Amino acid sequence: MNNIIGIIFISIGLAFDLIGCLGLIRFPDVYNRLQASTKCVTFGTCNILFGAFLLLGFNTAGVKCLLALVFLLFTSPTSSHALARAAHKAGEKLGEGSICDEYKDANSRESNANVR
Amino acid sequence: MKTIRYHIGALLLLATLGILLFHPLQILIYPDLPLLGLLKRGMGIILLSAFFCLYRVLRGPNAADRIVGMDMLGILIIGICALLSISTKRNWYMDIGIAWALQSFISTLAFTKFLEGKDFDE
Repeated sequence: MNNIIGIIFISIGLAFDLIGCLGLIRFPDVYNRLQASTKCVTFGTCNILFGAFLLLGFNTAGVKCLLALVFLLFTSPTSSHALARAAHKAGEKLGEGSICDEYKDANSRESNANVR
Repeated sequence: MKTIRYHIGALLLLATLGILLFHPLQILIYPDLPLLGLLKRGMGIILLSAFFCLYRVLRGPNAADRIVGMDMLGILIIGICALLSISTKRNWYMDIGIAWALQSFISTLAFTKFLEGKDFDE
């Protein structure tokens, strides 16, 4: 029973990994690529690690899989957030079809409030 | 011209998927393991995703694109370490995965500091 559930988790994770990296190729912009790939690849790899934990059981390797899962859940959104902020500060342009830039608007409003 | 390009890309993608599904990788694994086909094809799919990330690293127009590709490559390697730890029944592969996760996180933070134009000591 545990084997079947683990196989299902690993298959879902592999599908999410492939679709996320396809988005990394196909999207036109840095922010779109971050938005597509970070969430999909993190979710897929967490699914693979949980499936590996179900297949291995409470061994040394299974507990290490759980440890890597928790570590990945904490660190991957942090790094992607820092990367998006640094790209915006370095002056990366938005793609062609994008409508508004709310981070820039909020920064200009804040600087105006500081001037007054 | 654009439709021809799309069709060529779709054909290449289907051919690669077909190769991965019908001729899986030959890796040294225990031969009497019950999950052999799933693990081999899973490693093939993760390697295909890693090639997509390497394409973005090679052809990204700016520095931020390359950093995104490297970050995704580091997360994918943790997944392949889990699959190797199942297939070969050795638990030090997950040690490699945990250490790789830590190194990837720290290197991405350092690259973002470099991208902002600051020094490394804040």
